Amino acid sequence: MSEGASAIAATAGGSLLPLAILVPAAGVLVSFLLGGRRAERIALGLMPVHFGVAAAIASLVWRSGEPLVYVLGGYFPPLGIALRADGFSAVMLVTASLIIPAAGLYARANFSTPRGAAERRGPLVVWTLLQAVQAALSLVFLGGDLFNLYVALELLTFAAVPLVCLDGRPETLAAALRYLMFALFGALFYLLGAALLFGAYGTLDIVLLSQRIRAEPAVWLAAGLMTAGLLAKTALFPLHLWLPPAHANAPAAASAVLSGLVVKGSFFLIVRLWFNVLPALPTAVPAAVLAALGSAAILAGSALALRQERLKLMIAYSTVAQIGYLFLMFPLASGPWAAEAFSGGVMQALSHAFAKAAMFLSAGLIAESLGHDQIAGLGGAGRAMPVTFLALGLGGLSLMGLPPSGGFAAKWLLMKASIEAGQWLWAVVMLAGGLLAGGYLYRALAPALSGQRAQLKSTPRRSREGVALALALAAVLLAFAPPAFFAFLQIGRPAASVALR
Amino acid sequence: MTSATLAGLIGAALVGLGLYGVIVDPQPLRKILAFNLIGSGVFLVFGIVARKGAAAGLQSDPVPQAMVITGIVVAFAASALAIALTLRLFEEAGRATLRSDAGANPPGDGADLE
Repeated sequence: MSEGASAIAATAGGSLLPLAILVPAAGVLVSFLLGGRRAERIALGLMPVHFGVAAAIASLVWRSGEPLVYVLGGYFPPLGIALRADGFSAVMLVTASLIIPAAGLYARANFSTPRGAAERRGPLVVWTLLQAVQAALSLVFLGGDLFNLYVALELLTFAAVPLVCLDGRPETLAAALRYLMFALFGALFYLLGAALLFGAYGTLDIVLLSQRIRAEPAVWLAAGLMTAGLLAKTALFPLHLWLPPAHANAPAAASAVLSGLVVKGSFFLIVRLWFNVLPALPTAVPAAVLAALGSAAILAGSALALRQERLKLMIAYSTVAQIGYLFLMFPLASGPWAAEAFSGGVMQALSHAFAKAAMFLSAGLIAESLGHDQIAGLGGAGRAMPVTFLALGLGGLSLMGLPPSGGFAAKWLLMKASIEAGQWLWAVVMLAGGLLAGGYLYRALAPALSGQRAQLKSTPRRSREGVALALALAAVLLAFAPPAFFAFLQIGRPAASVALR
Repeated sequence: MTSATLAGLIGAALVGLGLYGVIVDPQPLRKILAFNLIGSGVFLVFGIVARKGAAAGLQSDPVPQAMVITGIVVAFAASALAIALTLRLFEEAGRATLRSDAGANPPGDGADLE
């Protein structure tokens, strides 16, 4: 276990890691002090800085070929706390630092404070919380200590829940409250599991734990509790009930961040837990349970999406389905196809983040221009606002898994791995999910592209359409990721121990 | 029965009671109270974990105690946020229950936020 020793010593360039958390966190504090008028400029000014830090971290991980490590305050684990960045955390960090500014640029039209106008509460809350989501996500992606990650998860929840009820309508407040209830349930289960692990091994550092863990009852109980808690936060079927009303009723910019990124935060921790903390356990049964739940999510989420009358609710239910695909990587995580399955799962997280953000932003533009988002009333809207519908359609390409799109690359890798592993069932579910996704997207796009004349209340701004289209194009471009990108994703994956089993 | 076992059983009972309340009761305030029960149970488990450190020659392991204090702060913030949401829901809707599913209205997209 020479890897363990090197993973605890701090590495050169590790001091970038706290910077990725501190930049948005400082932005939150300063925005809160200076008020809504300046918060917008602070948030939009610091987001490129955060992207720079994230890109620098990714390039350092790439050049060294090993995870970056930073030890906070010079106190080494088990007493101190380490921050770590491997390939997966670096790409997620870069993705978050691209999607949040995109949502911010889109949100300017609704949440700016013009010169001379009185300050309102809405803009202050939006610009502060977007930065708070960014800070919390950075901590989730970089945290190397399970208790520290608990705090990160809670920060993420506290930043995400108020975004749901920004407009203060009763149904959004109820959706936010229900979201908070599920999230608190998840956090407490996670914390109870962490307490059991600490009781058994005296540390919560991920690397140290992975060296000490044995298959004992306390570990199984802790793993079950933590996974159940994280599943509630990730909204995996059947714990998805909170997601559609919360994501569909939030303002479009917030929906894009919630659906694209926030649910990926807790998914990231499930991957961390099973791949980095518990690789020593025989995981065939729990992995099969996770994939079975994922399959149920794909089928049930897609079927429910087919029945929705509102565009945003349809997109929200499709998130429930797309989350299901993420869990198909778990039963394929050991064997010669493990690297493919891992790349497929990560690719699905990335492509869904970009595609879903693009689709929610497009749906927001459609709702503002038509004054409603009833699918039945979309007749001819595609001709009136072609760029918006192009973004919606390109995002949909990724959801269906048609080439060329990141979603195709993800589903292709997962399907290849499942066929190589002889686990055909998952491949059948993926094909069925793709067909169902084609069905619900057709329901929305076919009337929009018909020859009817649509009555627009207002035409969408070019810049906002551009933001949605850029995100959709990013999801498409992921299909052209070179082999080096997949090698990058493998950096820090504890492959040896998985393959040995 | 040692005091640690007793404390462990009480922690488990608190988590169980709280879980029952969270799942069964549709009133947000009762759910929030139930969450605090679960939290107390979890913190009690952390307390026993701290006592285990005493076997290693320490008076009591300070790390889980620090975790409990952090956990209490987080739980307090969560309760405050939940109560603020519940109060606002009561003001807007005249009732505060999570029983019925609302969500069929068109989105306002936050533009009409005061």
